[in-house]
Amino acid sequence: MDTITNPIVHDTRSYKSDQYVRWCPGCGDHAVLTCLHKAMVILQIEPHNLAAISGIGCSSRLPYYMNTYGFHTIHGRGAAVATGVKVAKPELSVWLTTGDGDSLAIGGNHFIHTIRRNVDINILLLNNKIYGLTKGQYSPTSDRGFVSKSSPYGTVEDPFHPIELALGARGTFFARCIDIDLKNTTDAFVQAEQHKGTSVVEVLQNCVIFNDNIHKEIVDKAYRDDRTILLKQGEKMIFGANMDKGLVRDGFNLKVVTIGQDGYTIEDVLVHDATTQDNILHLKLGLMAPENGFPVAIGVIRNVEGLCYDQEVKKMIDDVQVKTKVRTLNDFLMSGEVWEVK
Amino acid sequence: MLEKIQVNDVQDIVIRFSGDSGDGMQLSGTLFSNLSAILGNQISTFPDFPAEIRAPQGTLSGVSGFQMHIGTQVYNSGDKADVLVAMNPAALKVNANQLKTNSIILVDTDSFQKRDLEKALFKTEDPFLELGLTTQQIVAIPITTLTKDSLAAFELDMKSKIRCKNMFALGVVCWLFNRPIDIVNEMLSTKFSKKPVLADANLQVLANGYNYGHNTSLSVSSYRVDTLQMDKGYYMDVNGNSATAFGLIAAAEKANLQLFLGSYPITPATDILHELVKRKDLGVKVVQAEDEIAGICIAIGASFAGSLAVTSTSGPGLALKGEAIGLAVMAELPLVIVDVQRGGPSTGLPTKTEQTDLRQALYGRNGESPIVVIAGSSPTNCFDTAYWASKIALEHITPVILLTDSYIANGSSSWKIPNMEEYPSIKPNDISLYTGDEWTVAARNEDNYARYWAPAGTEGYTHRIGGLERDYFTGAISTDPDNHQKMVDTRQAKIDRIADFIPELEVLGDTDSKTLVVGWGGTYGHLREAVEEMSKGENKVALAHFNFISPLPRNTESVLRKYDKIIVAEQNNGQFAGYLSEKFNNLPMIKYNKVNGQPFVVSDLIDFFTQEIK
Repeated sequence: MDTITNPIVHDTRSYKSDQYVRWCPGCGDHAVLTCLHKAMVILQIEPHNLAAISGIGCSSRLPYYMNTYGFHTIHGRGAAVATGVKVAKPELSVWLTTGDGDSLAIGGNHFIHTIRRNVDINILLLNNKIYGLTKGQYSPTSDRGFVSKSSPYGTVEDPFHPIELALGARGTFFARCIDIDLKNTTDAFVQAEQHKGTSVVEVLQNCVIFNDNIHKEIVDKAYRDDRTILLKQGEKMIFGANMDKGLVRDGFNLKVVTIGQDGYTIEDVLVHDATTQDNILHLKLGLMAPENGFPVAIGVIRNVEGLCYDQEVKKMIDDVQVKTKVRTLNDFLMSGEVWEVK
Repeated sequence: MLEKIQVNDVQDIVIRFSGDSGDGMQLSGTLFSNLSAILGNQISTFPDFPAEIRAPQGTLSGVSGFQMHIGTQVYNSGDKADVLVAMNPAALKVNANQLKTNSIILVDTDSFQKRDLEKALFKTEDPFLELGLTTQQIVAIPITTLTKDSLAAFELDMKSKIRCKNMFALGVVCWLFNRPIDIVNEMLSTKFSKKPVLADANLQVLANGYNYGHNTSLSVSSYRVDTLQMDKGYYMDVNGNSATAFGLIAAAEKANLQLFLGSYPITPATDILHELVKRKDLGVKVVQAEDEIAGICIAIGASFAGSLAVTSTSGPGLALKGEAIGLAVMAELPLVIVDVQRGGPSTGLPTKTEQTDLRQALYGRNGESPIVVIAGSSPTNCFDTAYWASKIALEHITPVILLTDSYIANGSSSWKIPNMEEYPSIKPNDISLYTGDEWTVAARNEDNYARYWAPAGTEGYTHRIGGLERDYFTGAISTDPDNHQKMVDTRQAKIDRIADFIPELEVLGDTDSKTLVVGWGGTYGHLREAVEEMSKGENKVALAHFNFISPLPRNTESVLRKYDKIIVAEQNNGQFAGYLSEKFNNLPMIKYNKVNGQPFVVSDLIDFFTQEIK
């Protein structure tokens, strides 16, 4: 965020549409929208150069509330539409708002292939572990045994962890944030835009109606400091209400230690490096969970460089056009096997 | 040297080259058809590939063919063959029932040995007698041996030498038809310009094939095919898929837009993808998507951002794209969806031809989802219909489905390279045409009811669209019942209105007869030939062939009402006939339907039409 030096031309009003926001009172989506407006002010992107794309679901209503180009598409296909927008016009800043059902169930194929191609778009994955708009069915991120309207006896399937999919698809950027943590969520959005390539931001989002408090064990202020760790590039990975806990390497694994106990000092604590190409530690960080004695990682977990699909498509055309004399269809047709009738 | 014993002057002739996939039959066929075109014949060709990529050599499933129809008035690739070149027994067997009674069969005796006959499941040692080919004239030549002998002095491995045998066959055929081979020499020199040794070898074998016919005692009847003076200009050989790709490029050039294709490989549409992805020089952007749905959704995204957006597919893919087409209908975005129809349902007959996707194109979506449907009627007509599909999509801000089929997509004809200045202009109905006060996404052009397209990235026109119903006046989301009714009616009226912007239906053949043959799309060539043939006799018929299906041309009903009897001929179970019946009551309609994966047979059509007239 320190690198932003754009003059402030647009405040949040520039990015807000005139539409009445229809999410339920208390829904985490309100906070996400606020953070996106804030991030836009920091980034100072011209509203007409922004394209907000979405699929179907509560989160996918978001484009209606942005004063940008917005396209509310069909269930699961937002990533494909966003790919088309970005490849057709690489100069646009393209944002996909989606949910755990939209992107990890019906749209799973487009989610992984968009990430694999590394199209330079930002994917805000609002994960509330439930289908909200269809009124309360379990989702691909619901925990095993989860009781819902479509699983009255509990589910008999294991969930996806979004970071496993994203990194399995060779993702170059993955961040996680908490809906009500406005500062860090805004920061994650800004870094997502600055990263060249597909940026996935998983927002732990609360559905106040159908899955209230699903992330409570992590995000409640009473114990958030002890159950989350905010990762910062180049800084020691420490956390806790007293900032006295740290992550160290323990053989093949990570371990939580208390600094000053059992002989561990601050020197032993690992420094976060989101920019290392090898994604094994990023995955380990991303999979940390309280039930295993770890804090949940918040912040930018992975942020590496890679070739962007939209730019490569453009470059290939530019390279060919520099070398060819063919400018029109007629030029091309006449350069092939033709004969003249006189 | 012996003379050919009989020379028949004919207006047209059908030749079929057939052999193993690796025998080079497609090349021989293409060279001969191009040669004929240069000499002033019309040509229509059709390659017949096996479904398997590389079936075992010499087996029935591995036979690859190339049929061409050459003459003065050629509308299709022809029915039965006058000349068959069969490079092995399997090729003979597969084509045996496609031969005229007095046809010439040229065979390579080197590949008609006992083992070759067994591979093709012959039970006796006389394949001709076994197949009942007793009236045909057999020309048996040891082509492989003579090819090897021709190249004795060449520094080539034996495999490469033997691969030249297709040129020997071509040489003999050129002699049979009195075709000078110097033009073929030029074509081969160009084709193998980077491999001069291969060029020389092919030229040598071609010449020796020609001279073999000239110098030995071949005694067969032969043909002299009439030629005519074609329009002056430059010509090329083009198949329907390439013509479709070129038509799209031409439209993008005319509209001054970026052409963008989102597509997923599927037979028989993939060659459109292949053709467009090569055209980086013309700035065409192509994304090979992860699936059919992504293919169209990526195209829709590109349309939202201001490209001439296209997706190409075949029937199964169109089924998968249905929901996304509905999105383009609802959001009102320009989009061209090319469906190269094949045999169905499900995977069906992927390499064969049908017209069975018409209803899917017209109706295969949820909700009232009106759309433009147009159909290409010949390989070269695909250029014009692709151009028209793009023009309508851009000027009326709507998705357009262009239906072609496997037959015209793979079939080819000689094509006069068009002068694009003669093509109508394409002026997208975008914000540049808007003259009102403050633009909104709901604003419509009064002339054609199209909304004004505002590509993402344009300053001053930010807006939100989507698949949800929106208010007629403001463009905001709306669930109001009256508004929905109004929007349903508006979307329909927008499509219906396009009838005022497309050409009227033409009637061909004997327009004064009492019977009208009706067809649409890729059956044009066969129907046209049948109608022309009948016009020479007592039983005359007229032909109305449709390119524009939804909406229909304005004069459709007045044309149909003129006739006492209407025969709707199509390669499905009556989809277009049903569509016409729904539009116009009590038409005196008879249906001719064939769904066997093969093109119509002209003689069958004539028999049926004649029967119905009597």
